[in-house]
Amino acid sequence: MDVEIALRVDGRDCRLAVDTRTTLLDALRERLGVTSPKKGCDHGQCGACTVLLDGRRINSCLALAVAHQGAEVVTAAGLADGDGLHPMQQAFITHDAFQCGYCTPGQICSAVGMLAEAEAGWPSAVSTDFDAEKVVLDDGEIAERMSGNLCRCAAYANIVPAIAQAAGR
Amino acid sequence: MRPFAYQQPGDVLEAVGMLAAAPDGTFLGGGTNLVDLMRLGVATPDVLVDVRRLTSDRIEELPGGALRIGAAVTNSDLAADRRVRRQYPVVSQAVLSGASGQLRNMATTGGNLLQRTRCAYFQDLTTPCNKRSPGTGCSALHGYNRELAIVGWSRECCATHPSDMAVAMTALGAVVRTHGPDGERAIPVTELYQLPGDTPERDTVLGHGELITSVDLPALSFGANSHYRKVRDRASYAFALVSVAAALDVADGLVRDVRLALGGVAPRPWRATRAEDALRGEPATGQRFRYAAAAELADARPLSGNAFKVPLAVNLIVSVLLELAGGQP
Repeated sequence: MDVEIALRVDGRDCRLAVDTRTTLLDALRERLGVTSPKKGCDHGQCGACTVLLDGRRINSCLALAVAHQGAEVVTAAGLADGDGLHPMQQAFITHDAFQCGYCTPGQICSAVGMLAEAEAGWPSAVSTDFDAEKVVLDDGEIAERMSGNLCRCAAYANIVPAIAQAAGR
Repeated sequence: MRPFAYQQPGDVLEAVGMLAAAPDGTFLGGGTNLVDLMRLGVATPDVLVDVRRLTSDRIEELPGGALRIGAAVTNSDLAADRRVRRQYPVVSQAVLSGASGQLRNMATTGGNLLQRTRCAYFQDLTTPCNKRSPGTGCSALHGYNRELAIVGWSRECCATHPSDMAVAMTALGAVVRTHGPDGERAIPVTELYQLPGDTPERDTVLGHGELITSVDLPALSFGANSHYRKVRDRASYAFALVSVAAALDVADGLVRDVRLALGGVAPRPWRATRAEDALRGEPATGQRFRYAAAAELADARPLSGNAFKVPLAVNLIVSVLLELAGGQP
C-alpha cells in the first residue's frame, strides 16, 4: 500500500511514494540514495542507522517512513558544511576513532545528538548528581550515553576521546 | 512483513473508532518494539493507527502534587523532566536504565508500558511459544530460561515483562488512564498486567482498541527518597536480570512507609507488598531489610537456569533500602 510522503533530507526537499512497510532507513538508502546511515542489525540494537530526526537522534531502522511525514532528517553526510567538516567529524579523524568505518556515520550522528541532550541538562543512568543543572561529560558519561552505538572493531578507546574533544573537554 | 494500512486519526475518539473497526489492527506509538515484532513476523497487524501525535506529549501537575504524564511523552522527555527528577527520581532512573538514547527519543510512555517480553522463544517463529501462538507449548520451561521469571509464572509461560519504567511506576502506585470503545477508565498499574495463568497471550487487561491516554504518578511525600537499581549482563543497554524500585520514609530509625517493586523476576512488574508489610513500623536496619526481602522471595520458584535470581533479588532489595536509609549501599 503506497503512500506519498515528503521529507527534508540533509537540506534537500524530497517527495516519494513508499509502501507503508518501508522504514525511514530503507527510504533513505534504497529510494533516495542517501547511503550515509548504515543497516547493521535492522533491529534497533546496533545504532549504525542513527540519524537526527527533527533534531533528535533515533534509530531509522525502527521508524516507519509514513509515520514521519514532513520530517527533517539529518544524516552524518549532511552534518558537513560543504567541504568543511563538522567538528564531530573532524574529531573522529583527529583521534582515529574508527577502523572499518561502518558504524561511524551512526556514531557521529548519535554523538551530535547526545551533546545536544547533555547541553539541555539531561541526566544519564550514571549521573551521580541527578538534578544537576549542568552535565559534566566525563568518560563514563560518554560511554553510557553512547551505549546504543556498537563498534565491532572496538574503536571505543578512540571514540570516547573524539567525542570528549568535540564536547570541548 | 504483512502489508498493512496506515491510518492517522485526528483525535482519540477517531483512533478508538478506527481500531474498533479493525479487529487485526493495532495502535502505533514510537514503534521501537512493534516495528521490530512486525519485521520478525511476531506481530501481524493489517492496520496501524498512529497515535503518537494524538495523546498529550506534556507532563502536567495535578492539584495535590500528582503528575499526569501524557501517553505520547517520550521516554527521554519523561526522564529529563525536572519535576520527575526531583519528586520521583526512581522513575527517571528506571527510564534511563532502559534501552539507548536513540530508542528513548522514539519510545513513548504508553508504548513502554505495552512492550512485549523479550523472551527469545517469543521472538523466534521457529519455536513453540504459548504467548505468541497459544496452545503450542512453552519452549522456555525446560529450555533457555536464565533471564526469565522466578515468581508469578505458570507452566504455560514463564516470560518476564521487560519494562524498567513500569517497575518504578508499580512501586509508586501509578494509575493508567485509558480511552476505549466503552469510554474512559482508570486502572492502577498494579492491575494493568495479568499473570499468564492459562492465557499467556494476553499481557494486560486492556480491551481491543483501548488506548492509554496518560499515566498519573500520585503525590508521595517521600518520593524524592527513591531509587532504581538494575543488575544486568552488561553495564548498559541490556534488559534486567533483576531490578529494584524503592521509595523509603524513615523517621527515628523506624520505617514509616515504603514502596517496593521488582523487575526481571515476574511476568509483570512485581509489587513487593509482602516485604512492604514486613517493613512498616519496623527498624530501618540491614537485618530487618533482609528479613523482609527474604519474606518476599519465600515462595519463589526458580526455573532450571535462574536460581541465582533469588539471592540476587534479596541482596539487591537490601542494598537499595540501606542506601535509601542513609547507610552505605
